[in-house]
Amino acid sequence: MTALNVAPTDPVVMRAPPIERIGILRWLHKNLFNNWINTLITTALMVLLVILVPPLISWAFINSVWNSTDPQACVEAGGACWAVIAEKHRVMLFGFYPYAEQWRPFLAVVIYLGVLVITALPVFWNWRILLPLWVFGIITIITLMLGGVFGLPVIETAQWGGLPLTMIVFSGQVSVGMPLAVLLALGRRSEKLPILKTICIVVIETMRAIPPVTVLLIAAVIFPIFLPTGFDIDKMVRIVLALGFYFACLQAEVIRGGLQAVPVSQLEAGKSIGLSAWQINWLIVLPQAIRIVIPGLMNHIIQAFKNSTLVIIVGLFDILNATSASVADPQWISYFTEAYLFVALVYFSGAYSLSKYSKYLEKKFKVVSHQ
Amino acid sequence: MISSSVLSRNRLIDKAEKFDLKRFVLETLTLLTTGLILYYFASTATENLVDQGIASGFGFLHQEAGYAIGETWITYSPSDTYARALLAGFLNTLYVTAIAIVFTTIIGTLIGIARASSHWLLSRLSAGYVEIFRNTPLLLQVMFWIALMRQLPSPRQAYNPVTGLFLTNRGIIHTVPVLNDYLYSLILAFIAGIVLATGYALWRRKRLYASGRSLPFITIVLPLIIVPPVLVWLLGSSSLEFEQPVLKGFNFVGGLTYSPEFLALVLGLVAYTSAFVAEIVRSGIQSVDAGQKDAARSLGLRGSLILRLVILPQALRVVVPPMTNQYVNIAKDSSLAVAIGYPDLVSVGNTAINQTGQAIEILFLMMIVYVGISASVALIMNRYNKRIALVEKP
Repeated sequence: MTALNVAPTDPVVMRAPPIERIGILRWLHKNLFNNWINTLITTALMVLLVILVPPLISWAFINSVWNSTDPQACVEAGGACWAVIAEKHRVMLFGFYPYAEQWRPFLAVVIYLGVLVITALPVFWNWRILLPLWVFGIITIITLMLGGVFGLPVIETAQWGGLPLTMIVFSGQVSVGMPLAVLLALGRRSEKLPILKTICIVVIETMRAIPPVTVLLIAAVIFPIFLPTGFDIDKMVRIVLALGFYFACLQAEVIRGGLQAVPVSQLEAGKSIGLSAWQINWLIVLPQAIRIVIPGLMNHIIQAFKNSTLVIIVGLFDILNATSASVADPQWISYFTEAYLFVALVYFSGAYSLSKYSKYLEKKFKVVSHQ
Repeated sequence: MISSSVLSRNRLIDKAEKFDLKRFVLETLTLLTTGLILYYFASTATENLVDQGIASGFGFLHQEAGYAIGETWITYSPSDTYARALLAGFLNTLYVTAIAIVFTTIIGTLIGIARASSHWLLSRLSAGYVEIFRNTPLLLQVMFWIALMRQLPSPRQAYNPVTGLFLTNRGIIHTVPVLNDYLYSLILAFIAGIVLATGYALWRRKRLYASGRSLPFITIVLPLIIVPPVLVWLLGSSSLEFEQPVLKGFNFVGGLTYSPEFLALVLGLVAYTSAFVAEIVRSGIQSVDAGQKDAARSLGLRGSLILRLVILPQALRVVVPPMTNQYVNIAKDSSLAVAIGYPDLVSVGNTAINQTGQAIEILFLMMIVYVGISASVALIMNRYNKRIALVEKP
């Protein structure tokens, strides 16, 4: 019996299988030519790529014009006219903000991106850092954009445009919408308060069924009718609030999904140590619920980022609207592709990094079950 | 002596009653606040509307609209009422939504399958498609397509890649067969073929479930559909007549025209939403356990049968619920028409708001319509979902 007397060791860690080392030919065979259908597909795709890629490269790089104030140069080169971006980038990025003052929105965007990056890093997740940072960030950005102090001329919000407007609409709707979403989700789950619950259900379901465009029209056209005369809320603020409310109603359903996924035993455990209903929600249920639905939450945040383009329907000059206005210039009108590609790149980098960040958060907060 | 358990029970009851009072107060407060806010809004709104001289109520629906609508499914002229204008817009919304749903489903499914395939290049290319189209705003895509459509040559210099097809900045125009008796009989024969084939398929399934014996499917169904129209073609004496688009003045007359706005909207909706659909289809395919395939093979099923009887039914269960969301999104996103001037419900309604000032009534109508559309799509898809959902043994 002594043979079984094995000293306790660390649990056996399963090692990843050794990396398969295969040559290029073997790789090609395995991934592209492993049967006759795949061989056919590979051939067809290759033909397609050979037809499409070289003209694309010569358009984008070889025959393209990168810097010229004269559209005629582009006509002669025959390729992509990236010069349109160089020529129009001020309007595209800052809209109709007065030209001489455009260092202000530029600085605002830089500060904004800095605040955003710091907030995204888990190292700084501490209210004592984040709260002052955001208060500082918001005050500086609004002071810079609006002016009126330190000898800066006042610039009305109607003149704000381009990238700063996009970022204000995006962050505005998320920061208004997130807390509201939590409240709506909790309200919808409150079995003990049937009236509150009914109101939440009606509001959430109606908002979820209608397009954001109608929400914007309500904010732009109907909302002023409901306010007493002489009491006017800035149009941009109205629109941010409306989009934030819309975002909250979509997000509330995601959070509700998370709330439902938290086991009842967690709630009961909270009750058994004498916590109040609010303490149970804030300290036990919500942290777990949010963690479960990170991908869903981030999806709606990305959607909110893309939805910020919708403000052009009610006449705000975000980066997309400013771009289409700048390529309406008859001299440059045929180079709208290049201008739109530039805007697409801005949005793509934003949305793509957000989705990568979502993957990172998901991995970081993956609940590891302890045996 | 009172036992301690009774005491604590009494305390519990006390607590419950106090709790009820708190709840009562909370509920009354909610109701009062909501009521007050609504009352306040309603009274200021009435006051403001009276001040601005805007009528209220739905009486305006019977007034003359006075504006033209580019494309309609019902006869409409500027002298028609607002009600008819809004109906025309509503039909356009349904039309765009239906077309976009069909193409999105087909293209999204194909790309999703390609994305899940073992073919390296195909999978990478479809991944690229998905990332590009879902990470850029739909409105940007729609605005790009409309700019592209408007850059096409004018009808006089129309781009004519194949006979009967003209690409112009007024839209894409193509030849259509004239709807004469001959075409009618062809269409009727085709419908008859489909009815016959469906009948056969239903009978075949009934027999299969009853006896377990399978009859051939494709080899019977395809001829059933093809033979009737071919018979008409062989026996019929006349032939198809085509209506050629002809350039008259500044534009084409005849043929079928798709407006640039319609094309840009549908193209944008399809390209954008199919990227999401592709991801849904891919996750559906990958959700089916590999063991299912092995099990089916060990039973001796053929490859196509494994796909049809084992993999797809299980993948569909994962795919259908999120697809419902995408279909509802298409209906909602079709409202971007207002940005490029396609006359959908929102676009037509927006013009009506600008003319009558009756924003509350018109936006109320729009909201009702969209809630209705979303609810119907959800209802249909939920029915379908129930049919394919896993039936647990009682």
